[in-house]
Amino acid sequence: MLKTRLLSAIPVVAIVIFLPLCFPSAYYYRIGALVFIFGLAVVGLNLLMGFAGQVSLGHAGFLGIGAYSVAIGPVYFGAPSWLCLLAGVMLSGAIAFAVGRPILKLKGHYLAIGTLGFGLLIAIVLTNEADWTGGPDGMSVPGLMLFGWRAHGSDSWYWISGITFVGGFVLALNLMESPTGRALQAIHDSEIAALVLGIDVARKKLTVFIISAMYASVAGSFLALFNGLVTPDMAGFLRSIELVAMVVLGGMGSIFGSLVGAAVLVVLPQVLTVFHEYEQALLGLIVMVFMIFLRQGIVPSVASVLAGWRKC
Amino acid sequence: MAELLQFVFSGLTVGAIYALVALGFTLIYNASDIINFAQGEFVMLGGMTTVFLSLAGVPLPLAALIAIIVTTAIGLALHRLAIAPARGASPVALIMITIGASIFLRGVAQIVFDKTFHSLPPLFSGGPIRFGGATILPQSLVVLAGSAVIVVVLWLFVDRTMLGKAVIATAANRLAARLIGVDTRRIVDFSFAVSAAVGAIAGILITPITLTSYDAGTLLALKGFAAAMLGGIGSALGAVVGGLLIGMIEALSAGYLSSSYKDAVAFVIILVVLVAMPQGLFGRVKIERV
Repeated sequence: MLKTRLLSAIPVVAIVIFLPLCFPSAYYYRIGALVFIFGLAVVGLNLLMGFAGQVSLGHAGFLGIGAYSVAIGPVYFGAPSWLCLLAGVMLSGAIAFAVGRPILKLKGHYLAIGTLGFGLLIAIVLTNEADWTGGPDGMSVPGLMLFGWRAHGSDSWYWISGITFVGGFVLALNLMESPTGRALQAIHDSEIAALVLGIDVARKKLTVFIISAMYASVAGSFLALFNGLVTPDMAGFLRSIELVAMVVLGGMGSIFGSLVGAAVLVVLPQVLTVFHEYEQALLGLIVMVFMIFLRQGIVPSVASVLAGWRKC
Repeated sequence: MAELLQFVFSGLTVGAIYALVALGFTLIYNASDIINFAQGEFVMLGGMTTVFLSLAGVPLPLAALIAIIVTTAIGLALHRLAIAPARGASPVALIMITIGASIFLRGVAQIVFDKTFHSLPPLFSGGPIRFGGATILPQSLVVLAGSAVIVVVLWLFVDRTMLGKAVIATAANRLAARLIGVDTRRIVDFSFAVSAAVGAIAGILITPITLTSYDAGTLLALKGFAAAMLGGIGSALGAVVGGLLIGMIEALSAGYLSSSYKDAVAFVIILVVLVAMPQGLFGRVKIERV
């Protein structure tokens, strides 16, 4: 079992290692780094949405907590960035623990509005507590120092985020094969049936909510350290929607799909900038076309087409 | 006292628009189980189309009428071209399509129209009306009256006409409705068209007060969705009450607490209500079948 799981991580490792071979400039490292950073958040959200079947429209809130942790910690308390990153993960986990139980009692669209409200609250606090966060303009973030080495430039961030993504990827695969993962899939199919099987539904949902919050927090910290700047948009409603779109586009319940979904929605806007003012319209159109024709998401849809060919 | 009255009036005005957006969500949800996140864009299209037609010299009533027709056609096209071809897709995929549609419509609007804020002249000229120490814009009364008329017309339609009964039947049980001869596809068509029209009217009514721009729809969709959920999704009464409540909470908390935290107050109250009543104020309790 362990072997097959590690095998499925090999393509991802290969992508991280060999992708730079076809990068003509530093700009491509930047895009690559962004794909892996968003991919990390999307893997976490996919655990919650794809496996446990619980929608979150407020996940950018955790992205924001992670981002502002590495901004506020070093600037106001002089703490090293990596420590602040860990503190952000702990804080995100703690907040997820605190709000998770009541919010996760909600179902379907009510859960969507509950999480949406929670995400908005974080964004509003970040916008209005200007003494700490710089308000709507945001604040600059000191760079990451690791053992006297300063993470600087797109290529070093490419490797940092690529390696972290592989770690998060393997962790997610393992989690889904664990008893907790199986329990979550049972909850996805039917909460009552899972309850009857003796699964502590509320507890398992809370566990995966906390884990996905931690993933998002790490991604948020990376994003802030990489960009050297944070603004409250990081935690905003549109960011949350973007994360959900990445999950759905790549394929709910497909960990590899998370990377594909993140790649599509990070790369697409960059490509579409050539079309200037038509950018947004085209982006919307492409999202619609993808969802109409690949309704299970890119990876599962392509996989089922390939499986169909093999049968013929 | 005068202050309170002032806040209540402005809350009711904005709340009436939230209620109309929430009604749009409810209509489409009842017919098809879809949460249509492009609902806010209908409101924007109504307002923006009217603005640009009247700038082009079309008299205001005619411009408004054309705007409603155009938006209705877009709502119909949204269902025919994007939602209907994806029949059988998961609810999340369908929601994603409507989000794609809202990004698309926003993108088209910034090309066809522009990126600046626009206003419309109020329907009745004349200064603010003084009432109990508070001042009321005539347009606020137009918004309230217009919203009330729409709600009553919709209620009469659903309650008194054959087509309305078919809408109720479709909402209650799609399969059973098809069995007794209701063309449910047409009903969903119809619900998208009516939602779009209601959205467009809301946009035309509110533009003289709050202005409009190509991206005005996002926030309205957010508030309308929140209102529909607060009231209990699927309940028309819930949508109206939810919309008015959120408008009032916002206005009162902006007035007495802090204007930058008004949205926060609204969402905290929504969260508290939902935790206490997970089905919203007027929603039906759903029983899960195993």
